[in-house]
Formats: sequence, C-alpha cells, structure tokens
Amino acid sequence: MADRPKTTEPAQRRLSPRKRQRILRGVQYVILVAAVVALALWANWPSLAQNFARLDIAELMLPDLFTVALLNTIIYSVGGFAFSFVFGLILALMRLSTVGPYRWLATLYIEIFRGVPALLVFLLILFLPLALQGFSVPFGTYGQAILGLGLVGTAYQAEIFRAGLQAVPKGQTEAARSLGMSATRAQFTVVVPQAIRIVIPPTTNQFVSLLKDSSLVLFLGVSGQYVELTKFGNDMASTHANATPILVAGLTYLIVTVPLGYLAGRLEKRKGTSR
Amino acid sequence: MTHAIEIKDLHKHFGQNQVLRGIDMTVEPGQVVCVIGPSGSGKSTLLRCVNLLEEPTRGKVLVEGVEVTDPDVDIDAVRRRIGMVFQQFNLFPHMTALQNVMIAQQRVLKRGKKEAEAVARENLRKVGVGEKCDSFPGQLSGGQQQRVAIARALAMDPSLMLFDEPTSALDPELVGDVLAVMRQLAEEGMTMLVVTHEMGFARQVADRVVFMDGGVIVEDGPPAQVIGDPQHERTRTFLERVLHPEE
Repeated sequence: MADRPKTTEPAQRRLSPRKRQRILRGVQYVILVAAVVALALWANWPSLAQNFARLDIAELMLPDLFTVALLNTIIYSVGGFAFSFVFGLILALMRLSTVGPYRWLATLYIEIFRGVPALLVFLLILFLPLALQGFSVPFGTYGQAILGLGLVGTAYQAEIFRAGLQAVPKGQTEAARSLGMSATRAQFTVVVPQAIRIVIPPTTNQFVSLLKDSSLVLFLGVSGQYVELTKFGNDMASTHANATPILVAGLTYLIVTVPLGYLAGRLEKRKGTSR
Repeated sequence: MTHAIEIKDLHKHFGQNQVLRGIDMTVEPGQVVCVIGPSGSGKSTLLRCVNLLEEPTRGKVLVEGVEVTDPDVDIDAVRRRIGMVFQQFNLFPHMTALQNVMIAQQRVLKRGKKEAEAVARENLRKVGVGEKCDSFPGQLSGGQQQRVAIARALAMDPSLMLFDEPTSALDPELVGDVLAVMRQLAEEGMTMLVVTHEMGFARQVADRVVFMDGGVIVEDGPPAQVIGDPQHERTRTFLERVLHPEE
C-alpha cells in the first residue's frame, strides 16, 4: 500500500515512459549503424564479388536458367501441387468422415508424412523399384519428383482442407439437407466450394513451400533435361568453381515466391473484409 | 384426413440434457401454428425434429402420414416437401440470390435450367426481392436475405413450411417485411409451423398458438385464448415478461 503512491508520482521517476522509449530507440539505431559500418569495413568486397557476383558466369546460365531449370522447377511443383490438391481434399474428407477407419487411416497418413523430412520421402522413392519388383514410377524423373512432392504435399494440404471444411458453418449443411439434398450432394455443392474459397490463401503458401521443396529433386540424381533450379545452379557452380550460379538460382526462386507471397497476403486481406 | 404434421410422445435428449419430454401435437393442412416460449424451452428442437435435422430420442413424427422417424423412410424425399427457414438465413454465400433459389430445384427436383430460373425469378419477385436476383447474400440486408431464403424454400413447392425464429436475427426495422411475406403465405393457405417471439404476428395470423416450457407443451389453443386469456400461470408469467419487459 505504501509503495503505490510512490510509483504513480511523476516527480519521483527518473524518466517518463515516453522518454525512456525514445532513448531505447536511439540505442537501437546506434547499434544498427555500428553493425553496418563494421560489416562494410570488415568484408572483403572484391573477393565477395569475385565469388558470388560474376556477371560473366551469370550470363553463361542463360537461357537454360529459364527454359530448362525454372521450367522444370515449375513442372515439378505444379505437378506435385495438383497431386496434393486432389488427394489432400480426399484425405480431408476421410478425416472428417463418420466412418472410423477412414478417419484413422487419414490421420495416420497425415501424421507420418508431416512428421518425416521430405528428403527422406524422396530417398525412399528411389528404392521403390527395389521394394516392388517390376514397378517403376511412370513418367520417369518427372513422375518420381511429382510423386515425392505430392505425397508430402498431400499431408499438409489435407490439414488445410480440413480446417477449411470445418470453417464452413453447420447451418450451410442443414440448409442444403432441408432442401432435400443428400449428405454427399450437400457436401459437394455447398460445403466444398466454400471451403476451397476459404483455403485459397493458405494453399498459396503451401504452393510456395512445395516450390522450395522441389529442390530436393537434386537427390533423385537427375541430370540433363531434368535439372531444376537448385541442381542447375549447383552444377554450374561446380563447373566454374564459383558460387554465382547458386546465388542466381536463389534470385530466380524469389522471382516466383515473393509475388506469390504477396498474392496470398492480398487474398487473405480480401477474405477478411468480405466475410 | 391425414394431418400435415403429427407428433406423438416426442422425446429428445442431448446427453443428460432432456430438451423435449413428451410432446404430442398435430398441425392440420392449411393451419398456421405458432410455437412460443422462453429460450431453452425446446421449441426450436421440436421444429428441427419435424424434418429430422435433429434425430428424436423417442417418439414418432409423421408428416402427411409418412413416419419420418422410420429408418426405412427416404428422408431426402420427405424434406423436399418441407420448406425450412432458419434464424440465421443460411443462404449459400458463394451463389447469387437467383442461384440460391435455383440450385436445389436443379439438383434435387431435376428441373431444367430455364424452368428453375423462371420459378426462382417468380418466387423472388413474390417475396419482394425480384430486383436482387444477381446480388450475393453478403450484399443484401438481413431482411432481404431472409426473404431470399423463403423464396428458396418456396421454389421447391413445399406442402408445409417450418420457420425457426425467422425474424430474431433481424434489425427491428426489417422485421416487418419478412412478417408481411409470411402473412401473405398464410393467407394463401400454406401450412406453417412457426417458432417465434413476434406476439403480434402470432395473435393476428396463427390459427393456434402453442406455449412450450421445460420441454413440454403447457398450453395449446387459439391465440385469443393462449395469448389473450392464458389459463396457466407459466404462460401468464412468460407473456407478462415478453409484452411488458420493463415492468
């Protein structure tokens, strides 16, 4: 009790909260400037440029950078995305099914494929022909890559769809059912279309994530016409003993991922205002 | 003559919670029956048991002689004959008003697009939102949305309509439009079971008023009696509170 008047008495305070905040902000700027100056002085700029930003090497990457590497990256990720979209929806519907075993199977799949590294799934795919005699993934490397990305993506996409389906109010199903629609018809004419709208923003993020995971195709041991951005950059880097190609590959990813990220943000905002 | 609705010894439990404890009532074709009562009295549950949105725990519900509680009955076929209007409208937000009224005609009654559209436009016009065909539910006021919902139910040519507190989610100035549409329906001879708090509507439009409390029907009779001259203490207390909330 005796302390309280003391702390609320402005005269007894050294600094007002606002003053303290201003000083704190000043300190942050000082640290930032010091760090930048130190970095500029300490870094060996010519050596950095020599190793990471050789324009002549970057030029050698054209036009294959776009016509082969980026194209393959997009084929792998779009394929894997289409795979995971379809099976993710099926899995989400299974997960919300009234039939117990469907729920358990879906949960099992989702837990497994979200719980192991995507790389591990790719490595296992390489061994599929050994495990299943006479079996080979159709469409060769494209098939393998799309399967790997699809299997992993399905687990995440299923969870996105589950959240979307659950976000559709129960009254929607009731209205559809009371108009005489069967449970299945109500689900597909009324609930699923709304769920898909709801999941567009997280699905966009999921696509970006698949696009980055497509770099794991590197471990399928691909070459030639199948290389995607990361593999392409890495190979070029080895050839020229220079890191520039890797940096260029990274920038090429950003050309796609950054706009998509903004798009997802915009969609999310629009959803917020329309609902 | 078959009753439009016949309810026999209806019980509904949600776990330990006994919401309906033995309801017996009938609605005759062409009748308008209003169900009133305090919240939690089970009136919405009663209504939802009629088209089996809630599965009764015990008892029977017959709609036009068909026992909806019989597991062998095609409930989708029965529901086609029963229009339902919800407190929260439950319009499909991803479709325009017109599409909302067309979709079940096309998918359930298998009407062609042209016919479904003609029926939809006519019903939307009838409920006074004919000029809103191309609007999405989010662009309509609550009163307009509820009228689209009524048109959606009417487009299925139901022989009976259920209304679950159709005006409770509306701003006061929009209630009148919806009640006017319901009144018109009643005058056309539609069989209606209406859960409502609108005492004026119940008094003027209903053939019978049913007062529910604690999961049972306390009083059932013409509005002049149930609202005008209630026989039971519980009915009197409830009406007192609804009609004179400030006293």
